[in-house]
Amino acid sequence: MKFTSASAAETEHLAAELARALAPGDVVTVAGELGAGKTTFVRGACRALGVEGPVTSPTYTIGHRYRGRLTVSHLDLYRFTSVSAAEWGDLEPYFSDAVVFVEWPEAGAGALPPARAEVSLEHDGDTRRRITIDSSDATLLAGLERADTRL
Amino acid sequence: MKTRWSCGERTPPGKPGAKGEGGADVILAIETSCDETAAALIDGEGRLRANVVSSQAELHARFGGVVPEVASRRHLELIVPVISEALDEAGVTFDQLDSVAVTQGPGLIGALLVGLSAAKAIAWSRGLPLIPVDHLLGHVSALYLDPVRLEPPFLCLLTSGGHTLLLDVQEHTSFRLLGTTLDDAAGEAFDKGARLLGLGYPGGAALDRLAQGGDASAYSFPIARLDGLDFSFSGLKTALLYEVRGLEHGELERRRADLAASYQHAIVRALVERTLQAAEKIGARQIAVAGGVAANSELREAFSSAALAPIELCTDNAAMIASAARYLKPIQPPGYLDLDAYASRQLA
Repeated sequence: MKFTSASAAETEHLAAELARALAPGDVVTVAGELGAGKTTFVRGACRALGVEGPVTSPTYTIGHRYRGRLTVSHLDLYRFTSVSAAEWGDLEPYFSDAVVFVEWPEAGAGALPPARAEVSLEHDGDTRRRITIDSSDATLLAGLERADTRL
Repeated sequence: MKTRWSCGERTPPGKPGAKGEGGADVILAIETSCDETAAALIDGEGRLRANVVSSQAELHARFGGVVPEVASRRHLELIVPVISEALDEAGVTFDQLDSVAVTQGPGLIGALLVGLSAAKAIAWSRGLPLIPVDHLLGHVSALYLDPVRLEPPFLCLLTSGGHTLLLDVQEHTSFRLLGTTLDDAAGEAFDKGARLLGLGYPGGAALDRLAQGGDASAYSFPIARLDGLDFSFSGLKTALLYEVRGLEHGELERRRADLAASYQHAIVRALVERTLQAAEKIGARQIAVAGGVAANSELREAFSSAALAPIELCTDNAAMIASAARYLKPIQPPGYLDLDAYASRQLA
């Protein structure tokens, strides 16, 4: 399903719509190049899940864990080339009993649990972004129909 | 909001003539929250007796170059040699330790657990107390060491790869959060900017060097205007991306130093402006800067009248953990055996 966002606020709004459908154990990958709005998207979802306080990029620290209505893990594989067995050992605790967002998920292909939704953001001018959300889950996609930024 | 760590502040003991040669209360400190495996020893007078960080060249050489795997396994391989090296450097044995300090968080859980488990094992086997330390309190505590020897109160800009915070430091171990980044940390802005300019990752230091040959006024990068005392560096990173994209390859090569200088200038300006606003707001008489980005040359110059953490204590190290531990109340055995690491920043 494709969307267009004219601002960071719209990107957060779309993420919030997606977040409504999420439950502990769900994994959402968030792909896109530098500055595409991945952390912005995760922030919007976190707000909808009741997380207060800053939701910041975990590139350096690799993982954040936030407490909202649900526990939210916010991972970033920017610094990984692949995810080895040892590295999975480090990431695995973040997947326990949490909604998990994974930025820069490419390095985790084949090593991470299957994603319930795959989000991809692309630059389309200074503030506009094209956002694609893929999922094999019809209920989740139906919920996104509510979002008014659909192309 | 006021945050106080652990079991409150204590006066560092200064009684002379005990176990360690340099004075009482020799603390072994261990830090494994992110990439560096580090150990340090400090004596009762706050003098560093050893400060070993795994990224140091000699250790790399000893291991034939470290495999760049982002995993606690690397810490596991390095933790024992790093601790041994620190003890050797200080001329101290396990029997001469009075307590063991360790970073409890924030950081990568698996990485933290390597240090925490090692610290518990050493402390428990010797019947010693354990002092859990917050990594961010550690960065601030680098300022309590030689040669700065800063005493609260002061306003601290803590700027690193993972955090950008303005802290009203009222006592050694308690402070109020005045502002934070709402997206990327300043150090991340440096590292990702470096990647956009083809300098690899992490490339904050390389960007600093490149910027020294560039014209900081060549490009005008935006500084986020936010209410309050928070920071935002995400838009700046995107602005650099668009500038880089707009240039042909040859042109980019020619303008790289100017881009680096202008980009760095924008980050430094944002940090300086916000810090001065905060100082004015709380009436701070003393400003201090700590954390990895405090190693940046332009930032150091811009803050030349502030207290600056020594460059070798800016990036992650265990000396700063040892320094913080001097002001925290130790946990007696077996109270620390079920202590767990935490992933995210504790101060709201």
